[in-house]
Amino acid sequence: MPRARFLGKAVFRMLTLLAAVSVLSFILLTLSPVDPMTAYIGSDSTLSQEAREEIAEHWGLNDAPVKRFTAWAGNFLRGDWGSSITYKKPVRDVILERFQYSIALIFLAWALSGVLGYALGMASAAKRGTLIDKAVKTCCLAMQSAPTFWVGLLVLSLFAVKLGWFPIGLAAPMGKTAAEVDVADRIYHMALPALTLSVLGTGKITLYTRQKFIEIQSSNFILYARARGESAWEILLRHGIRNTLLPAVTLQFASFSELFGGIALAETVFSYPGLGSAVTAAGLNADVPLLLGIAVCSALFVFAGNLMANVLYIALDPRIGEDVRHEM
Amino acid sequence: MKILELNDITVSFRMYERRFRKRELEVLHRLSLSVREGEIVAVAGSSGSGKSILAHAVLGLLPGNAVLSGEMYYMGNPLGEKDKERLRGREIAFIPQSVDYLDPLMKTGRQVQGTRGTKERQRQLFQEYDLGEEAEELYPFQLSGGMARRALLAAAEMEEARLVVADEPTPGLSREMAREALGHFRALADKGCGVLLISHDIDIALAVADKVAIFYAGTIVETAFAKDFQGEGMLRHPYSKAFFAALPQNGFRPTRGSQPYAGRLPDGCVFADRCPARSELCAGEIPMRPLRGGEVKCVHAT
Repeated sequence: MPRARFLGKAVFRMLTLLAAVSVLSFILLTLSPVDPMTAYIGSDSTLSQEAREEIAEHWGLNDAPVKRFTAWAGNFLRGDWGSSITYKKPVRDVILERFQYSIALIFLAWALSGVLGYALGMASAAKRGTLIDKAVKTCCLAMQSAPTFWVGLLVLSLFAVKLGWFPIGLAAPMGKTAAEVDVADRIYHMALPALTLSVLGTGKITLYTRQKFIEIQSSNFILYARARGESAWEILLRHGIRNTLLPAVTLQFASFSELFGGIALAETVFSYPGLGSAVTAAGLNADVPLLLGIAVCSALFVFAGNLMANVLYIALDPRIGEDVRHEM
Repeated sequence: MKILELNDITVSFRMYERRFRKRELEVLHRLSLSVREGEIVAVAGSSGSGKSILAHAVLGLLPGNAVLSGEMYYMGNPLGEKDKERLRGREIAFIPQSVDYLDPLMKTGRQVQGTRGTKERQRQLFQEYDLGEEAEELYPFQLSGGMARRALLAAAEMEEARLVVADEPTPGLSREMAREALGHFRALADKGCGVLLISHDIDIALAVADKVAIFYAGTIVETAFAKDFQGEGMLRHPYSKAFFAALPQNGFRPTRGSQPYAGRLPDGCVFADRCPARSELCAGEIPMRPLRGGEVKCVHAT
């Protein structure tokens, strides 16, 4: 049962990861100056000391941290993720709703940076040493060094403010009811944040693909392909793509974590109502339940990305596949 | 009919030493050789002496920093870089050293077919080379050494090549398998192909070749018939004689000194400083001249 064992291992790893993430986040929040009481009632509240004591007792704020954690974890497992102070809604609803926005944004940025980065990388390697190659390389280095929020501001001021091609923010036009918003509206509003978010990943995937293809070009099997009369174009199609696509896709899946980090900034710049802006708001408002919920969800998401990369490699690379399938 | 003729081929690499000092590293020096129809010519010489460069030069696969000079003819016509590009894989086939030369991610069948071959032809060749039908669905790393070798041979026959250039096709094969592989070369030659077989294994070369070209210090010092290797007296060049004497079966007698390597090739005869018959004449440029049916690069040889 190799497949079942592989799955079992993956699930085990996921559970330990989630446990570790939630414990760590909880410890960090406990140590932070965040006071759930102040966050809840506001700093200028006139609530009496006795009332505060009562609320603290009711919430279990005076309990030992371990007891508080187990209480939270127990509720979390039962599906009660607490309620968000910021949005005055159950955390689960907030995350589910915002996740839909974010997942669309992440997927678009992910696909954009993957396709664009791979194509640029291959072109750059095929035309190694030419002006095209140098331009691509320079752009990539610049893109990799540019902070996301700064790129976001530049994109915003150029395409939204100066040229007016795209909306300045939000995920849907103002003045339309939810039922009236269609897919075109969604994509139109998603374009700029997705572009901003993809900038980060594009440089990486381009440089990586370029390096990989250059490496392959000096390998024996390319020499042999040339000896057999294959043209440069045939070599690119038959051997270049075959040998670079898989590592590129894997890297792309592994970059889920960076994208997830990126949305916090990109969504904030564009007031895009996804998880990223929610986590920023939660942080600023000391919204403990929401922060914990998002931490666990993002860990799950990143884990899924890495798992997909591994599964893809096993499924698609015959060399690795054979070993692992025997081992599994 | 000469299928391939090389006259005074020199290959050097432009190198940069510290601080951009340009230097030309000569790897092949005024090498002459020809391969006729139906003939197997083995180029024998020690490992690392630049024999593979010769194969790459014929196929037009030298790296960008290589400079090639001299004359090359294919079927009597000049063979330029453009012609090589047009002919390789079609009329000039290359058999590489190892399975490393196959794309690790492409199934063997498709790879043997190449860009112009058909599945029918590939199946037919696999049968001829005793490769089961399951072999076409295997990736190169799943093939055994012998299977990979046979797949490479099959690939060379995919198209009707008139010249086959094989670069060390036997290392890693058992005696029997090596003999079998060489048998395929014989069959190719008997069909009218010219075969240029590059090998560091003199026994292998002698077992199958019609002619043996002795490669020393970036050039060919002698082209002899395989049968000339039956006795020292039949060989022409002092190096060939010394080489013959140094073989285990012929007394194991070494000659002092060592082979000069690329970048340190002397002017004049490359063997002069180790040669017992050395004279002033050896310092000039030594041309390849015909002698007793073979060719030799020595002014003294008789």
